[in-house]
Amino acid sequence: MAVDLSVELLGLRLRNPLVLASGIWGSAAATLLRAARAGAAAVTSKSCSLEPRAGHPNPTVLHWGHGLINAVGLSNPGAAAMRDELARAHAELAETGAVLIASVFGDTPSAFAEATRIVAQARPEIIELNISCPNVESEFGRPFALDPLAAARVTEAVRGVYVGPLLVKLSPNAPELLAVARAVVAAGADGLTAVNTLGPGMLIDLEARRPILSNRVGGLSGPALRPVAVRCVYELAGAVDVPIVGTGGVACGHDALEMIMAGATAVGLGSGLYQEGEAVFARILGEMATWMEREGVSSLDEIRGCAHG
Amino acid sequence: MADGIYRTYRILERRPEGAVGATLTMDGALGAEPGQFVMVWLPGIEERPLAVMDDDPLRLTVRVVGPFTRALAACAPGDRLWVRGPFGRGFPVQGERLLLAGGGSGVASLTLLAKRALEAGAAVRVALGARSRDQLMLPWRLAELGCELLLATDDGSLGVAGTVMDALEPTLAAGWPDFVGACGPEAMLTALAQRLAGSEVPLYLSLERAMKCGFGVCGNCTCGDRLVCHDGPVFPVDEVLCLLEQPRG
Repeated sequence: MAVDLSVELLGLRLRNPLVLASGIWGSAAATLLRAARAGAAAVTSKSCSLEPRAGHPNPTVLHWGHGLINAVGLSNPGAAAMRDELARAHAELAETGAVLIASVFGDTPSAFAEATRIVAQARPEIIELNISCPNVESEFGRPFALDPLAAARVTEAVRGVYVGPLLVKLSPNAPELLAVARAVVAAGADGLTAVNTLGPGMLIDLEARRPILSNRVGGLSGPALRPVAVRCVYELAGAVDVPIVGTGGVACGHDALEMIMAGATAVGLGSGLYQEGEAVFARILGEMATWMEREGVSSLDEIRGCAHG
Repeated sequence: MADGIYRTYRILERRPEGAVGATLTMDGALGAEPGQFVMVWLPGIEERPLAVMDDDPLRLTVRVVGPFTRALAACAPGDRLWVRGPFGRGFPVQGERLLLAGGGSGVASLTLLAKRALEAGAAVRVALGARSRDQLMLPWRLAELGCELLLATDDGSLGVAGTVMDALEPTLAAGWPDFVGACGPEAMLTALAQRLAGSEVPLYLSLERAMKCGFGVCGNCTCGDRLVCHDGPVFPVDEVLCLLEQPRG
């Protein structure tokens, strides 16, 4: 039986549900193309802000045994440089049919809007608003994604300058996740990416007798995050009527199908590239197809959200 | 690496490297392939990638270029270092006549390869370059291993007056090597790649980049579409033609 892995996301046809998540492999056109050639149907650039940022000093990214912890601190070359790189990426991605998602962040709603206006000039198919990074709180204050009103203000500000497909990336740490989701959808979001990293958490080195990350705390991703992400996607799918890119700890076909059953339209991959690199895309697609053939499922539409019963 | 968290070592010995750095010998081993690197953390200061100069015991050679390397080079016997790794893809150990080219601190990435090749019965010539004789790194270690040294200094204070390329040209012109490995400034790597273009002699280059994760996730260390920490840091020359196309990013 032939299975169809393609999905529709914000009016765009993706050849499969796999999306390279933001923050993985940076934002060079060459690495985004490499992920697309390996099977990613959409690739998300690293979040960029209006002005360049150096990010936090090392240590910034560690594997701790059950996933990754990171506090990279949103290092990026700024919106203007990112626009030029994304324009190259957009041109080069054409051969693969992959969709380009440009991730944007800012410290105020107007900074979000201005960065979006600049990055949109590269004509990415989708803009994703990163309102949920947990690693810059000492600098920027509470993430917008923790508060429905703040999250809506960012979305509204961006909607004032950008009319194209818009995802908003939510935090698993939001005490009122569904209220945040409803607020950003009401403010104009076309879809949700769920979720950003969990925590933040902390690791302490016994010999150094201090936190390892220079930022002291960082977001958890990978296996430790996955069950939380699945629960968030499940709840969101029951609460809002927009597509969800289910992201958080997915590393195999089982995990991707679990996200679809929770209600995700597409599936983000980030820490899943740890060790295996881009080979993870083809492996996951193969594992999904094998399961679907065995279970007599011909398209993902047949099982999307089925866990809701 | 089991858990990705640090293994701690104590420094047993510190040896100055000319006027520009130091070699630190640890109190234990770290299994590594020639050309692999480790992330070294000095709590309260920073964490940076460094080549595994020797693996049993672990030895690291550092050139002072900023606050982290200054602090590391100033460490004394008894001080602790925090190490994770080794990471990346190293040099293949192949050939009977190896020509290695090291510029500045890049030679630290070649020393373990020289050791393994000599153990396998190969002959090893190493071209070392620096601005002046007091900036040459690790000539003592390469001599101790049994390498033939080809030295170059910009000011002619030791060896030929000129670059690493000048020092190794006679060996290349004679068709001596059946393997060439290099680490150093990218202008040197580019010159070597151009010199050997069209040659059948395998050329492997070790690249240096600022790194964050060290294991192929963050994308901080790209060269074209290659992730230097994970796909490299050692590459067959054909994989890193980006060196010839774009400035170091």
